[in-house]
Amino acid sequence: MSEEHKHPSVDVYLRVAAALVILTVLEVGVFYVPAFRPVLVPVLLVLSATKFALVVMFYMHLKADNKFFTFLFGAPLLLAVGVMAALLFLFFGALTLRGAAGAG
Amino acid sequence: MSEARGLKSWLTTTDHKRIGLLYFWTAFSFFLVGGLEALLIRAQLAQPDGHLVSAETYNQLFTMHGTTMVFLALMPLSASFFNYIVPLQIGARDVAFPRLNAFSYWVFLLGGLFLNASWFVGPLFRAGMLNVAPDGGWFGYANLTERQYSPGPNIDFWLLGLQILGISSLAAGFNFIVTILNLRAPGMKLMRLPTFTWMTLVTQFLIITAFPVITAGLVFLMFDRFFGAHFYVHQAGATPILWQHLFWLFGHPEVYILILPAMGIVSDVLPTFARKPLFGYTVVVYSGILIGFMGWGVWSHHMFSVGLGPIADSVFAATTMLIAVPTGVKIFNWIATLWGGAIRGTTALHFAVGFIAMFIIGGLSGVTHASPPADLQQTDTYYVVAHIHYVLFGGTILGLFAGIYYWWPKMTGRLLSEPLGKWHFWLQFIGMNLAFFPMHFIGLLGMPRRIYTYSADLGVSDLNLVSTAGAFLIAVAILVFLYNVWRTRRHGQPASNDPWGGASLEWSIPSPPPVYNFSVIPTVTSRLPRWRTELHGPMQDPPAVPPAPIHVPGGSWWPLVAALGLPVMALAPLTHTLWVVFVGAALLLVGIYRWAFEPFEV
Amino acid sequence: MTHAAVTHHTSMGLDNRKMAFWAFIGSECLLFGSLISTYLVYKGRSVVGPYPHEILNIPFTSVSTFDLLMSSLMMVLALAAVQRGDMKWGKIWLFSTALLGLVFLGGQVIEFTEFVHKGLTMSTNLFGCTFFVLTGTHGAHVAVGVLWLLTLGVRALQGKLGPANAMTVEITGLYWHFVDVVWIVIFTVVYLIQ
Repeated sequence: MSEEHKHPSVDVYLRVAAALVILTVLEVGVFYVPAFRPVLVPVLLVLSATKFALVVMFYMHLKADNKFFTFLFGAPLLLAVGVMAALLFLFFGALTLRGAAGAG
Repeated sequence: MSEARGLKSWLTTTDHKRIGLLYFWTAFSFFLVGGLEALLIRAQLAQPDGHLVSAETYNQLFTMHGTTMVFLALMPLSASFFNYIVPLQIGARDVAFPRLNAFSYWVFLLGGLFLNASWFVGPLFRAGMLNVAPDGGWFGYANLTERQYSPGPNIDFWLLGLQILGISSLAAGFNFIVTILNLRAPGMKLMRLPTFTWMTLVTQFLIITAFPVITAGLVFLMFDRFFGAHFYVHQAGATPILWQHLFWLFGHPEVYILILPAMGIVSDVLPTFARKPLFGYTVVVYSGILIGFMGWGVWSHHMFSVGLGPIADSVFAATTMLIAVPTGVKIFNWIATLWGGAIRGTTALHFAVGFIAMFIIGGLSGVTHASPPADLQQTDTYYVVAHIHYVLFGGTILGLFAGIYYWWPKMTGRLLSEPLGKWHFWLQFIGMNLAFFPMHFIGLLGMPRRIYTYSADLGVSDLNLVSTAGAFLIAVAILVFLYNVWRTRRHGQPASNDPWGGASLEWSIPSPPPVYNFSVIPTVTSRLPRWRTELHGPMQDPPAVPPAPIHVPGGSWWPLVAALGLPVMALAPLTHTLWVVFVGAALLLVGIYRWAFEPFEV
Repeated sequence: MTHAAVTHHTSMGLDNRKMAFWAFIGSECLLFGSLISTYLVYKGRSVVGPYPHEILNIPFTSVSTFDLLMSSLMMVLALAAVQRGDMKWGKIWLFSTALLGLVFLGGQVIEFTEFVHKGLTMSTNLFGCTFFVLTGTHGAHVAVGVLWLLTLGVRALQGKLGPANAMTVEITGLYWHFVDVVWIVIFTVVYLIQ
């Protein structure tokens, strides 16, 4: 099975690069524009997730490649995100102004 | 095709069979070291107010016993079978990356030597002998492990040694995942793989996802101890609980890494000696996969006494109880495999059945731990020590011995003595129950873990004495095994291709196999290729002589050279000399570059 | 980097090295995930300063981010060139990627030095240790990547790299893009969300 022929053209690569630049400009913009403060976190997460996905799908070729590679990367990625979420949840209540866990 | 002999051929080997044997002998040696540590512990605890060893020495003993058994004995013993048997079971000539395989072994050996050197090098640190071995428990809880409370090099040996060993396991993990998925013989579909290979695959995924987490935790500890960081320092706003989370996020998948291979061995052994296929193969495989996934969701059941709060405690209690389900399913499938089978009571079968019984007991005590209120009584007492040893000794060790007696003929060309094997089994079985069963009571009567002595008033003196007697009985059993091994070298019955009537591919080739394994790679058409079933006849074994010369890759020095770089680098922080890092890094880099550019055809 | 890639038949029809590398990248997700989680868990818990908002330089780091993103573009152009046999542009893009990687590292050195001068070190506070270990680990990965790229570039100069071993370049690219992607997360989580 040769995947070499399915690689995107240079044109696609350039357009992805342009998108990455624009998204980064938006990210920095959102950071500096005070009006966006209330929605800063979700907007930034969406923008950076989009950049992440673009690089992984097109530059790392995951979109066109065998789905097994998506599993090899995606499953541990999901696990890492899950662990991160669990830790944030576990610590959110534990570390309060009263000090380390055990105070409550 | 004759094989190269001599020291050089072993130092440069890239043959999975040789590497499997290297793993076996090294790991078994470390098992004996860990066992000696256990005997010293039990001798100290045989009576109240024991004086055999000081408290400081005792701390080192139980720390090294745990660390050695988990990382230097059980994991590598499993690895010896991953190495030797998996390529044979899938019909391959070797693993996907033979030099990476050798690298994993050398890093393991060097890491184990590094860790155990701590027993002897006290004088180099201006301390006595037997003074600088790791002493913070195998789980190294912060903030005891901070420089402030553990000023000596003990914890440094521990964290550096574990980092080295982690690299060995990770490299092997990537290797075996690719091997099992990509190097199977034609027709060897995933659902035709022997259960041992399936459990190996799940284990490798657990390794490559769990080890990075403890790597992070150890890196934090290293920076705290050497560079004044505050990852676990309360006064800086941090919390030692972070260590516990990171450690157990690794530690719980680690216990499944320890048990799944043994479960795989048992799943292969039982059908052979019941002359019946594994009952519910598909269910057993999926249960193994499920255990792998669910193993990630239970880690804080090791932290029920830490004050996580009722929500966290309840969630982890629920997930922990749930994970007993796929495990229980496997047990029923094993029993059903034996039921109605034509049983041959070989030593391997004894160990496999012993595994089932002992693992049930260990699993039951585990289920009692799943309840936070109950666990609050049990945690940090000998009740937990009982649980651990029923699942790891009664489980993993018995399972590994089943594999040893089962695959010894394949790996060495001789059969271990069955009568001696039975003696070994019964002495070990009785010994372990004498050693560990009383610990359930000792713990509930109030004896904490990790104390070097106890008062006679506690009322556990007699039970401790029984436990110690059991431990020494285990030692006798192991001596019987060693005698069996030694005797078999010269007087053991030579083994045919298939002394047991096994169903999987490893039994279709000579014992031991030729260096190329299969003279012709077989085409697989069923899950039980070597058996006659209602659906198919037995496969044709590969011919005795290959029809054409088979290319076998040569050896390489570079895995060993690269591996040497790691403990050298680890010496730098221990000796507080920066330039040593560069020497080690240079060794590593030279080894990697020469490895990458040498001609090596798989 | 070895002899011409012999495409062995494999059970899943996938290249062994590529499969191993994706498994490695999956494993690295857990490593960086643990480092980032620790940064997040300790965010705002420093007992003494300097604090992130006092010291992080967004304009400077934004330039670093652009630099790394452009290096990914160059990496992918390098791969495309090598695959079609255009070794002249293959070399140019490979060395350019390495150069941008070095620029990124230079930026990290400048940034770290700045921070130390302003009183933020590994041992100052939680922000110090979590920041330096996280970004330092990432930087170490970039450094390894630069070394890897330069090695490939030298092999190309020696005439030992070509379309027959384009897989080596592809795998180098996987590593490089992953390092870039981790930076995308770090830039957002550490610098922009304060």
